[in-house]
Amino acid sequence: MPPIYQLQHAQKAYDGRVVLDIDALAIGRGEVLALVGPSGSGKSTLLRLLNFLEPPTAGALTFDGRAVGDDLPLSERRRVTAVFQRPALLRRSVAANIGYGLGLRGEKLPPEELAAWLERLGLTHLARQSALRLSAGEAQRVAMARALVVRPDVLLLDEPTANLDPYNVGLIERLVAEEQRALGMTVVWVTHDIFQARRVADRVAFLLAGRLVEVADAETFFTAPATAQAAAFARGELVY
Amino acid sequence: METLLDALREALRLLIDLDPALVEIIGMTLRVTGSALLLAVLLGLPIGAALGLRERIPAAGCLMPIIYTGMALPPVVAGLFVYLILSNQGPLGGLDWLFTARAMVVSQTIIALPLVIGLTLTALRGLDPGIKLQVRSLGATRLQLATALLLEARLGVLAAIIAAFGGIVSEVGAVMLVGGNIEGQTRVLTTAIVLETRRGNFALALALGIILLLLAFLTNWLFHKLSDG
Repeated sequence: MPPIYQLQHAQKAYDGRVVLDIDALAIGRGEVLALVGPSGSGKSTLLRLLNFLEPPTAGALTFDGRAVGDDLPLSERRRVTAVFQRPALLRRSVAANIGYGLGLRGEKLPPEELAAWLERLGLTHLARQSALRLSAGEAQRVAMARALVVRPDVLLLDEPTANLDPYNVGLIERLVAEEQRALGMTVVWVTHDIFQARRVADRVAFLLAGRLVEVADAETFFTAPATAQAAAFARGELVY
Repeated sequence: METLLDALREALRLLIDLDPALVEIIGMTLRVTGSALLLAVLLGLPIGAALGLRERIPAAGCLMPIIYTGMALPPVVAGLFVYLILSNQGPLGGLDWLFTARAMVVSQTIIALPLVIGLTLTALRGLDPGIKLQVRSLGATRLQLATALLLEARLGVLAAIIAAFGGIVSEVGAVMLVGGNIEGQTRVLTTAIVLETRRGNFALALALGIILLLLAFLTNWLFHKLSDG
């Protein structure tokens, strides 16, 4: 099957400064791709392109065979959702937050499905509470549910567990793995945590200074990286 | 102190007796201020939202100082402007609105509009940028995004409406100039207070002041309840 995303000579520049320059990258359907690299390497910028929040300034990006631009239909854009490092919950109840993405699509989350999500995430007792009064872990669980109830074809994750305790990290990793298997969705997971990348990813893409240095299956990336920079990064050393 | 106590007694008496003249003045105050507030919100909210939702405000270096200056516009200057426009020699003199409630509504709308625009756009620009990013990434259309952000900023938007209400219900300069304080036609609480003070009826003037404060308190209490909900 053709990949869901393809980038060819894709560049992103701000005020004339190129911050991302990808020669070629294909992201397969149903794979979990970890984007790793030091701060400022372009991971989040790449995620913004994949999320259609910004178009590339040069080169080509296609989503399911269609060129990504301002004319990408809404129905295509809605096949992708994202969760960021900060959950950015809305000033409404936990239940309303979980159903928000479906509401945008003119659908309503059935009560029994909402109850199942709340129970699965340990949030049943907080359903009617304002989402702004949740702890960091609870809030991120709500953000994950909000992104997943729409049954996306692609889930983009931008360091969603960076500020969480090990319990919540484990819970979110399990949740993503279960949903990924159930829906067959593609997951692109930005993380600075190489151990997490090793736990969750099928493939790893290593970015450095806006360029793709190495893309390999996770086992190869961590045991026999092709480049010295990737090897150093996998050992936890500072690379730039 | 005695005058103050007299004023309190007088205010109570006027309210209990439902003095017809007072009821007429309160009604006119609510009609003029309510209409002006409604117009300012209907015009100002979309303008404030359109500016506040943009990545960059066009000609911000010029536009923002104009809006902020408008927020500090002295009511009497707004009144003078409307007076000149609506006077016989003015461009809209043919409307024959001078010394009518309509002229008062126009001048109060001009006073309230910059407050609604300025505070709405400030409330929207003060939102966490992560909210905008998240709502867009969940597949919102432009209209859904604007609605979501306005709802997120609703406390700030409500503050804009409260500030505009406070600014116009208490102003006297503009309504006096363009309304003329005509009994039964354009007399509102503030102009009645000025009149009674000039007549030396301090107790009655203070009583009217207390009623104005009560009216403002009740309206703001209502706004507060709405924001809590």
